[in-house]
Amino acid sequence: MNHPYAIDVHGLSKSFGNKRAVNHLSLQVAEGEIYGFLGPNGSGKTTSIRMLCGLLTPDEGSGTCLGYDVRRQSGEIKKQAGYMTQRFSFYEDLSIRENLDFVARLYAMPDRKRVVERSMAELGLAHRANQLAGTLSGGWKQRLALAACMLHRPRLLLLDEPTAGVDPKARRDFWDEIHRLAGQGISVLVSTHYMDEAARCHRLAYIAYGDLLAAGTPEELIAQSGLTSFAVQDDDPALAARLRQLPGVEQVVAMGSMYSVSGQDGLLIARGLAGFAGLRFEQVDTGLEQVFIRLMDRVQEAAP
Amino acid sequence: MRLPLTLHRLWAIVLKEFVQMRRDRITFAMMVGIPLMQLVLFGFAINTDPKRLPTVVFDADHSAFSRSFVASLDNSGYFDILPPPDSVVAAREAMAIGDIQFIVSIPPDFSRAVVRGERPALLLEADASDPSATGNALAALANLNQSALQHDLKGPLVKLNGGSPPFEVRVQRNYNPEGITQYNIVPGLMGTILTMTMIMMTGMAMTRELERGTLENLLAFPVHPLEVMIGKILPYIIVGYIQVTVILTAAHVLFHVPIAGSLPMLLACVLVFLAANLTVGMMFSTIARSQLQAMQMTFFFFLPSMLLSGFMFPFRGMPHWAQVIGEGLPLTHFLRIVRGIMLKGNGWAETWPNVWPLLVFMAVVLTIGFKRYRRTLD
Repeated sequence: MNHPYAIDVHGLSKSFGNKRAVNHLSLQVAEGEIYGFLGPNGSGKTTSIRMLCGLLTPDEGSGTCLGYDVRRQSGEIKKQAGYMTQRFSFYEDLSIRENLDFVARLYAMPDRKRVVERSMAELGLAHRANQLAGTLSGGWKQRLALAACMLHRPRLLLLDEPTAGVDPKARRDFWDEIHRLAGQGISVLVSTHYMDEAARCHRLAYIAYGDLLAAGTPEELIAQSGLTSFAVQDDDPALAARLRQLPGVEQVVAMGSMYSVSGQDGLLIARGLAGFAGLRFEQVDTGLEQVFIRLMDRVQEAAP
Repeated sequence: MRLPLTLHRLWAIVLKEFVQMRRDRITFAMMVGIPLMQLVLFGFAINTDPKRLPTVVFDADHSAFSRSFVASLDNSGYFDILPPPDSVVAAREAMAIGDIQFIVSIPPDFSRAVVRGERPALLLEADASDPSATGNALAALANLNQSALQHDLKGPLVKLNGGSPPFEVRVQRNYNPEGITQYNIVPGLMGTILTMTMIMMTGMAMTRELERGTLENLLAFPVHPLEVMIGKILPYIIVGYIQVTVILTAAHVLFHVPIAGSLPMLLACVLVFLAANLTVGMMFSTIARSQLQAMQMTFFFFLPSMLLSGFMFPFRGMPHWAQVIGEGLPLTHFLRIVRGIMLKGNGWAETWPNVWPLLVFMAVVLTIGFKRYRRTLD
């Protein structure tokens, strides 16, 4: 059976004690799609991913992962999905090769030695094969983790903040790799806090305090937000407070030699900015960051 | 000169330690509760002067004298006279298993020989594999031949009273004729050392995965809980056998402890005992939240194993309730197996009664561990 969705879940909920970590989450991820999962810390991203790969049992809701029931067939999901944990959770007292060899044995990979060598070569780990995982730097640990969760050629990758604490070059390499895999038809659900990474996803979901607030392509989300943004060329530190006072201005971000100002009503803001004598400003594209900060602010306002 | 120490920095550390101690409630409860529990438990249970040891008498004489002697054994408090089995051979088998501590044989012409003043001998066979268990009883026996017949020897026989005793008790110490303590302690030490190391090592095994965060990954792999549990037990069986080899070699070379029975059978029983202890460790590691807690649980199990199993103090000296606890500990049965095989030369028939309790124990503990094993992070 050819299932159109790699992930198709409805109404997933999970509570810890009396804290609702995830509240009626519904998510559809198409095959071959890179799906970005965003939200503030503690918003339920990790809990959601763990429910998808069978590490947590949902309190409510149902659905499928790779066509398998998330409640009853977690064993099958584990065999065909790769899960990369937020915290490095391979064995620090084992070398790269030993860790990969262990994983390959757990998945009963045929031709294990060759698989391990090829995987190390693909991710550039070969020259460090015998280095203990505990002595690797953040970027290398993350490469090892990615190599390990892809070793068994999964059809779905669940990546939980895979690039936290990794330098920009390594992050870019990592995302090139993700796109290469998606090109081969592998579906990817990836959680992140980085906006540049969010922009590289096919589709995004934004979750806060357990609730799914918005979902769509990056362009759709920006359009839905209705935000208009301006770049103000000035680095006077006192200006920020005055910009915030302007009618219609929702966000003011200081960025080196300029300010980014955005709000729902572009005309109102433009009029306000024009009121400052000699202030240079121009309308620019709204970024995902503004969109998500707006979403977050609205949740916090709504909260008691 | 200024000291490099300041009180407020020192106090900061002290406060932090107390806060952390308070957070780890289980550890704190164990620190307070366990000593109290152990004090009560062991204070009442341990008795180094075991009384009412199981004794059977084969009285071929059936005379007033022989009955008086048996009565005086009973009155001493050290001997519990049980109905004898069909034959002396059956009684010796019971002694090999450990059900009977003493066998008394009174010859057919005992009373006649006493009357004639021939100072006849009667035979007392003792299971002396544990010298401390029989020591006091044998000491009490020393004066019995003088006093046992005092009331019977009157009238014309009164001349037999006083002077040298009217009869003689010949003691035969079975299994450990010279009463060498090492013969008993060294095989016992093997059991204690194995209990300690096996439980601790496996107890750490799962909690280490939890503490280091590798458990999340392990659970995400398609691996069955039994594969993990057994996979973590097997390597330690090999470690256990290395220990056994070292201990047995040392026992033989340094302490000259004999191995009367079959070595392959001993090694087979070791396997069962190792597995039983490893399942305990595995169960602990499914309960403990940290390696420290796993360690505490190990000691919590280890102390009664050492004190109530008959390793340090005679098993029969303990009150009944303590013996019941002792019967539930693998070390108790293993001690009987090891001492049985090494000192008594026991075969399979005498060993089996202590092997099946180990198997039952293992099955129960493995089931609990399996039920408690974390399949998810819930």
